[in-house]
Amino acid sequence: MVDIRIPIGLMFSILGVLITVFGFVTMSNADMYQRSLNINVNIIMGILMLIFGAIMLYFSFRKKKA
Amino acid sequence: MRLELSWIDYLIMVIYFIFVLGIGWFLRKYMKNANAFLEAGRSIPAWVAGVAFISTNLGALEVMGMTGSGMKYGMLTTHFYWIGAIPAMIFLALFMMPFYYGSKARSVPEFLKLRYDEKTRGLNAILFALMTILASGISMYAMAILMEKVLGWDFNLSLWVSALIVLCYTYLGGLSSAIYNEVLQFFIIVIGLLPIVFLSLKDVGGWTGLKDSLAPIATANGYAPDTLTTTWKYAGEASSNPLGVEWFGILFGLGFVLSFGYWCTNFLIVQRAFAAESKAAARKVPLIGALPKMFIPFLIIIPGIIALVLMNDPAKGFILPMDAGGKPIYDYTIIMLLKQYLPAGVLGLGITALLASFMSGMAGNVSAFNTVWTYDIYQSYIRKRTKDETADDKHYLNVGRIATVFGVLLSIAAAYIASKFGNLMDFLQTIFSMINAPLFAVIFLGMFWKRTTGHAAFTGLLSGFLMALLHHGLTVPAGATTLVKGGWLGNVHTYPVEMAQNFWTAIIAFTVATTVTVVLTILTRQKKSDEELKGLVYALTPRTLDEPGLKWYERPVGLAILVGVICVILSILFW
Repeated sequence: MVDIRIPIGLMFSILGVLITVFGFVTMSNADMYQRSLNINVNIIMGILMLIFGAIMLYFSFRKKKA
Repeated sequence: MRLELSWIDYLIMVIYFIFVLGIGWFLRKYMKNANAFLEAGRSIPAWVAGVAFISTNLGALEVMGMTGSGMKYGMLTTHFYWIGAIPAMIFLALFMMPFYYGSKARSVPEFLKLRYDEKTRGLNAILFALMTILASGISMYAMAILMEKVLGWDFNLSLWVSALIVLCYTYLGGLSSAIYNEVLQFFIIVIGLLPIVFLSLKDVGGWTGLKDSLAPIATANGYAPDTLTTTWKYAGEASSNPLGVEWFGILFGLGFVLSFGYWCTNFLIVQRAFAAESKAAARKVPLIGALPKMFIPFLIIIPGIIALVLMNDPAKGFILPMDAGGKPIYDYTIIMLLKQYLPAGVLGLGITALLASFMSGMAGNVSAFNTVWTYDIYQSYIRKRTKDETADDKHYLNVGRIATVFGVLLSIAAAYIASKFGNLMDFLQTIFSMINAPLFAVIFLGMFWKRTTGHAAFTGLLSGFLMALLHHGLTVPAGATTLVKGGWLGNVHTYPVEMAQNFWTAIIAFTVATTVTVVLTILTRQKKSDEELKGLVYALTPRTLDEPGLKWYERPVGLAILVGVICVILSILFW
């Protein structure tokens, strides 16, 4: 059957890149990040998701080679 | 309470749904027979089934309800996890899964048929089918009404569109598709809610800041200052904690009857373990699910407790919406926290997480419904198996597919009934929640006492259920305004809170079911031979060791000890 790690890895990588880029584009918008206690949560969460997605893809890739 | 979403939030939502539908599309070619469609071909790896197992339980109503409970009861809400789930999950894995999986039963009702008789199966199958449709309808209604209030989406449109998405991926990929999407949903919920945990905790000054701010709130309500940040410390008396239940009620009512009834017999949950690829994998499924389950309180209960602090500090500008009676709607706590802390981008992620959990709740219910309908109702009473196996298989696959369509349509109908007669649906749900405790009594006795007879089990099931109804009809929680909460036959006893009434209803149902089953077993004759009961009853099943050569953490017992130790440590840390 399909390895579920591939769609999970792909989806979180795509969303991670999207949200990170969005975080950098909106970095100068202080008003927007006031509610998140002046922390740019988009960059942080985006990078976290990208790492998670990459780990998922890495594991499914490693399994295929074995 | 309107929330403004921007284009990026919608884009995140769209990407998620493309993946959800994509999974169904890729799985469609594997759906060649009824077994693949309704049981995922018993080929799901343990970790996938384990995550799905816990994800099925982590529906939106659970997330919203537990955050609201965190606000009402503080850390005492963790009793629903560390005592109210983990012990039952360990028990299911070690002691019940070998019989469930080994019996080759395709559903819990079918296990009842193999162990007892046709009438016990029929009773359970019909009640279960009704309950899943109802649960799925109520959850869809809650979703549509939430989206209408928070995002301004049209009620009918969000109901039909989300039902259509669910229908597409469960029709295409059956149980496999539901399970795979539950895994996807689990990760999106965790990642989507993570930012609120950190931001809200930072906002109130970390755990110590939270404890300091909660002390005056607890004292003002007549409790000891640290009541809201401890779990067992004030469980000595019902009146000294906001839960309104003392240690016996928590331990026996929640920790034993309610939780064993839910985790060990609810087919919706157990079906995920039935789909595992081997007996050893099936035993590991609840344990793998238990690992994240223990930490979910930090994700959803802690933000709820923090919301209580925010509400008591006008400078934060945090308010909960009120219902028609002027009471705060606690269930909306999580949404209001999303609104409070998240900017565009991660906000879309949070909303997607909630939407995802509503829809996977519906998918889970529909996939359990079509299995029970096809195997336990249709194949048993409407069209039995013939000699031609290939033709049969095709036929039952089609029946399963049609049942999926009907399951979704009936859920939509239930959602509309809920929108017109909310009280009626609450009442029905309360009633159906009463079938779990007697069911656990009957299955437990069946697995561990070979003498237990079919007549006894059937009568035990029915009488436990009727006594629970009677108890609900004769008792009232303090301050109840409608008969939905109980007392529709009179008022013999008033409970301080609704929670206490629920616990005692379950305790009574379980005790009556056990007593009746035991007494009638002694009075009736066992019709099943020892040979027939092999693999279904503990004493008649040869004990096999797990596959040799496994490392300790790959064995169910090793994993169970690990889970148990972590759970005890958590309980002591937050005692």
